Amino acid sequence: MAKIDARIPEGPVAQKWTNYKKNQKLVNPANKRKLDIIVVGTGLAGAAAAASFGEMGFNVKIFTIQDSPRRAHSIAAQGGINAAKNYPNDGDSVNRLFSDTVKGGDYRAREANVYRLAEVSTSIIDQCVAQGVPFAREYGGLLDNRSFGGAQVSRTFYARGQTGQQLLLGAYQALMRQVNLKTVKLYTRNELVDIVLVDGKARGIISRDLVTGETQRHFGHAVVMATGGYGNTFFLSTNAMGSNGSAAWQAYKKGAMFANPCFAQIHPTCIPVHGEFQSKLTLMSESLRNDGRIWVPAKKEDAEAIRAGKLKPTDIAEENRDYFLERRYPAFGNLVPRDVASRAAKERCDAGFGVGTTGLAVYLDFKESIERLGKDVIEARYGNLFQMYEKIVDDNPYDTPMMIYPAIHYTMGGVWVDYELQTTIPGLFCAGEANFSDHGANRLGASALMQGLADGYFVLPYTVQNYLADDIKTPRMTGDEKEFVETEKAVKDRFEKIRNVNGNRSVDSIHKELGLVMWDFVGMARNKEGLQQAIEKIRAIKKEFWSNVRIPGDKEGMNIELEKANRLADFIEIGELMAIDALNREESCGGHFREEFQTEDGEAMRQDDKFAYVSCWAYKGDGQEPELHKEELKFEDVKLIQRNYK
Amino acid sequence: MEKNINITLKVWRQKNAREKGRFETYQVKDVSTGSSFLEMMDILNEQLINEGNEPVAFDHDCREGICGMCSLYINGRPHGPDDGVTTCQLHMRKFKDGDTIWIEPWRSAGFPVIKDLIVDRTAFDKIIASGGYVSVNTGGVPDANAIPIPKPDADEAMDAASCIGCGACVAACKNGSAMLFVSAKVSQLALLPQGKVEAARRAKNMVAKMDELGFGNCTNTGACEVECPKGISVAHIARLNREFLKAKVQD
Repeated sequence: MAKIDARIPEGPVAQKWTNYKKNQKLVNPANKRKLDIIVVGTGLAGAAAAASFGEMGFNVKIFTIQDSPRRAHSIAAQGGINAAKNYPNDGDSVNRLFSDTVKGGDYRAREANVYRLAEVSTSIIDQCVAQGVPFAREYGGLLDNRSFGGAQVSRTFYARGQTGQQLLLGAYQALMRQVNLKTVKLYTRNELVDIVLVDGKARGIISRDLVTGETQRHFGHAVVMATGGYGNTFFLSTNAMGSNGSAAWQAYKKGAMFANPCFAQIHPTCIPVHGEFQSKLTLMSESLRNDGRIWVPAKKEDAEAIRAGKLKPTDIAEENRDYFLERRYPAFGNLVPRDVASRAAKERCDAGFGVGTTGLAVYLDFKESIERLGKDVIEARYGNLFQMYEKIVDDNPYDTPMMIYPAIHYTMGGVWVDYELQTTIPGLFCAGEANFSDHGANRLGASALMQGLADGYFVLPYTVQNYLADDIKTPRMTGDEKEFVETEKAVKDRFEKIRNVNGNRSVDSIHKELGLVMWDFVGMARNKEGLQQAIEKIRAIKKEFWSNVRIPGDKEGMNIELEKANRLADFIEIGELMAIDALNREESCGGHFREEFQTEDGEAMRQDDKFAYVSCWAYKGDGQEPELHKEELKFEDVKLIQRNYK
Repeated sequence: MEKNINITLKVWRQKNAREKGRFETYQVKDVSTGSSFLEMMDILNEQLINEGNEPVAFDHDCREGICGMCSLYINGRPHGPDDGVTTCQLHMRKFKDGDTIWIEPWRSAGFPVIKDLIVDRTAFDKIIASGGYVSVNTGGVPDANAIPIPKPDADEAMDAASCIGCGACVAACKNGSAMLFVSAKVSQLALLPQGKVEAARRAKNMVAKMDELGFGNCTNTGACEVECPKGISVAHIARLNREFLKAKVQD
């Protein structure tokens, strides 16, 4: 087993980033013009990085699968962005945000990266305000904050329930400014389908124009992937329909390690599943837990009557309600971290206290806060979310409690990166949700936006420059080199192979089958036997895909089924690796709950002596078992303790 | 309560930008009124694939009303017969058993059809690139609380900033004007001290780009505001005109 070196700078945790910057190499302006950087993905991390590279004077090419960079799924983030500004004077600090994040991640994140994240968080807010992001403000004209799960301070900045949208538009506008200045060339409806290695270094990508169906060869001295997470392995998730793990998976197949694939976050507050044709799950922001109280009936007969439609939630008297989060976790109450809240909801529903027609739902009730604060205040805080809920469910949450249930939301696992966000392939960097680095086994609310922008604005501009400083004499390649030509041919063969299966099943029907296996066996609660079964089932689905998928339409031009099939082929393999990783990790931590490892009252039980490491998986070929490498996690500044939100 | 309905669809099919399009008729049976409109389209596509036909191409992504990717002109209205929603938030409970539903792409000179119901909206990106930003680089900016901003201004800027760039305003406008889209960005940034500095220049550049890309003029019909899924007000167009005039006076 090779030792994994994260190349963490020397010094105490609070000095590491400063030390790194002090010693890093720079590229002078004349040389920057000679260096090309490819950025894949236009979400917060990708757009922020590409804009910053362009401003610095590098030549940038950026790719998005959507029709515009502004559609990236960062746009859907609702609640907010964390930053250790301590404007409310409630005891926050860089150190506090750092330790909350390490604890929230159940001690499975790398300390040095998390500290840097907390350190640059304050600059993010400054940057966004300078760009014209309309954050919520107090009457005095200063910025407002709200609290979020896993923290006892208010450090979350927000723009109504559309924070992700506003931050992304800020980054998108900065990006379009560089497009206008011709430092960045934008490729829309264009998908990375492979990575080109020359002498072991990433030197470009093969992309596919989704309108013409043609492949293209693009050179870059370095390649940055910011392509999001792989939550859609589950078919039903809160991710956008197009969100996929294929870029990360191609990197893995080319030699980048994949870290902690089993760490997937189940978000507690989503609108429950309604029927077999459901295409996605809609998130209701975690910020709602600031003012909403989560409950189920305390009596089983009441729950049964509600499910049968004989009682309404408003009929249940106060003393017959079980506010189970407040009961189990009095210190944090409704604001426990997401993994804890999700499992608690599942526990009540499994015990027969669930509501809704399926029994797989709990209530999120605003009655008390409407009485306390008035309907106006609640409307100002959450109006767009309430409207969204009403349009989907046809119930008015001002009058009757919302129904919610956990759903797959975010993947903490991803491409392994070192301190510089570089993968195990030199010259290939990975940022945002696509990498594994900052959230350990569970991400705290409002930290995804923070990480995406931290990576894009304040980390990659330093680390990629450090890498490129050794590359100033490397001439541009034309894309006609044999490595480019061969990789392109392999891509074309792969697409031909998918088209030639010519079977009987639609892509979606196979994807749904995969999703059910994932949810049942690799979902909120996992065990050894179930995971072993899941691996067998996923291998059977892989066989089914490659022998029975049907792709109508032509090779030329836009073919959406072909795009989806290519991504599904990768989701199937990602699903298998998630199950393998979950089977290997014989402990419960964060979003990974192994039923064999729990305390008497059902809390997750880590096995620090055996599993305080990052699982790094190396690809060994199609049909071969992947190889496990371990990055040992050292905790020098945060003490490892059992997480306690009671 | 939810029930199942049968519907007839008249869907615009067009192989690519060059070929002529036509309406095709499809029957979709037993659709739950609790399904979203796009889930109904998924059911249609599953049916078409199983019959060996090519599914209908349409744009969609987040399916929660924020990415602005979905479009569709449904029974003559952008985003269909519900107010304040995008197509992905439209639900089948707005339709009755036996209904015939006409589905077309956005139709506007600024948005050419790519395939079936998918149009090219890159013109919007070009308009933003021409000036829809504050010209600041990463780093070297003042503390976020250095400049207080009156809450009403911040709130109004947020109202304007909630535009999702879907293009319904253009599709609804008889002149194919992009004024609501442009004004939302100009207004958001002009309201904030950070964006005020270059407000007039921004307005001038964005309007010039809009004209160049073949969008029509605004004749104040207000159709854009009615169809905007985010309720962006035409009052922003007035602010755009003020900034535009300032720029002209300065020239």
